[in-house]
Amino acid sequence: MLDSFLFRAALAGIGIAIAAGPLGCFIVWRRMAYFGEATAHASVLGIALSLAFSAPIFYGALLVSLVMAIIVSTLSNRGYAMDTLLGVIAHSALAFGLVAVSFLSGVRIDVMAFLFGDILAVNKQDLLLIWGGSLVVMALIFWRWSPLLIATINTDLAHASGVKPKQEQLILTIILALFVAVAIKVIGIILIVAMLVIPAATALKLTNTPEKMAIGAIVVGSVSTLGGLQISYSFDTPTGPTIVCFVAILFIISNIFGLTRRN
Amino acid sequence: MSLIKITNLGYDLGAKKILHDIDLEILEGEIVTIVGPNGSGKSTLLRLIIGAVMPTKGKVEKKLNLRIGYVPQSLHIDPTIPITVRRFLNLPFRVPLDDLIEATEYAGINNLFDEQMIELSGGQFQRVLLARALINKPDILLLDEPTQGLDQAGSANFYQQIELLRKSLNCSVLMVSHELHVVMSASDRVICLNGHICCQGKPEIVISAPEYKEIFGSGTQGALAIYRHEHNHTHGSDNLKETDVG
Repeated sequence: MLDSFLFRAALAGIGIAIAAGPLGCFIVWRRMAYFGEATAHASVLGIALSLAFSAPIFYGALLVSLVMAIIVSTLSNRGYAMDTLLGVIAHSALAFGLVAVSFLSGVRIDVMAFLFGDILAVNKQDLLLIWGGSLVVMALIFWRWSPLLIATINTDLAHASGVKPKQEQLILTIILALFVAVAIKVIGIILIVAMLVIPAATALKLTNTPEKMAIGAIVVGSVSTLGGLQISYSFDTPTGPTIVCFVAILFIISNIFGLTRRN
Repeated sequence: MSLIKITNLGYDLGAKKILHDIDLEILEGEIVTIVGPNGSGKSTLLRLIIGAVMPTKGKVEKKLNLRIGYVPQSLHIDPTIPITVRRFLNLPFRVPLDDLIEATEYAGINNLFDEQMIELSGGQFQRVLLARALINKPDILLLDEPTQGLDQAGSANFYQQIELLRKSLNCSVLMVSHELHVVMSASDRVICLNGHICCQGKPEIVISAPEYKEIFGSGTQGALAIYRHEHNHTHGSDNLKETDVG
């Protein structure tokens, strides 16, 4: 079955949806969508570095995302607002990445491929990486779930319960960097944020506890992957964007459903 | 036996001295109230005690294994976090159900476990925060303007609850408040804070101290002035609306 490219694509998409669900909830709760976007942009520099040293893309992307996440976490609230710092670092990294790539002789980087990824080109090695990465992301979030949650709700309450909000934030940004590095080849820079934010935002309207919202986000992400793949196959549309269209429509439906249920 | 001992404490924010030369001791079973104008460092002092901010100078010593219950100033929960009261009270550690029920009874709420936090009324919300602070059976309760946003009856009610549970739990209370009159009657000691401790002592001593009068004016006159000001303000904005429409 692993020899079918559609099956591999489905497995890859679900692997990513599983990690994106709970992580995406924190992105939504903590208003970190721009952080996710910035990390994804910065990872282009990592891709360039990987190509220069002919290393796997995962390592370069992970290195640059981690460095960016740690710099931003340590420097934020010291003279610059978080989003200003993100704007500076992410876009500089993206620009340096694109310039660096132009120096590489014989390498033509297909920008579209990194913007939208190529889920249909996933091979068995990629699958291993995605599922391994997703399980690590899941394990880390599961481990830090309660402290992260109280630190997200209120930092003073967290302190009073012996939780260190700064430390939790750093852990979360490291998890995010890991997720970006895992997902970038498959779903690309633009879809990474979509897969983080939209399933979580969809689940938000239908659930009443943080845990249910996380599970809901996983379900929404997985269903969208399968639905998007099916439609993309039937109508010959670009796969990544079709998956995002699918989840966006689910988001709208959940809002309509949420409205009628509340009133 | 003192629960908290603060010596020569100072806290700067950039070039601005928020607090300086604070020496303060909280004894077992005491109710201590901190009063002071806006920006006088009242909330910062509580946040220094729980360790949410680090002092620039001096130190905060706590009795070994001191259990602190903290009720923050008007907490806002982001509406994107769907969370029930039950789940909120179980963060970050799971609490046995009996302890939960006991804490909520002390805080004067029940049947709220399955409500969403963001759908609670102001009074219910403050009581949930109080219940949360009571869960670990604190030696001392830190309350940061716990009745902000409650109406007069609501806040009188809230303070009655605090006195009641102080008696039954036998814990100390350190609270920050604006409502001088309610607070005065319930406290063993009042501290008048404005960057530093201006004066402290029994309520009746503080209220007649010249340092206190300098900051707040004499009690009734101050209150009346505030009342008049708000009255005028409301009228003004009403008129403005009418002209806008016309």
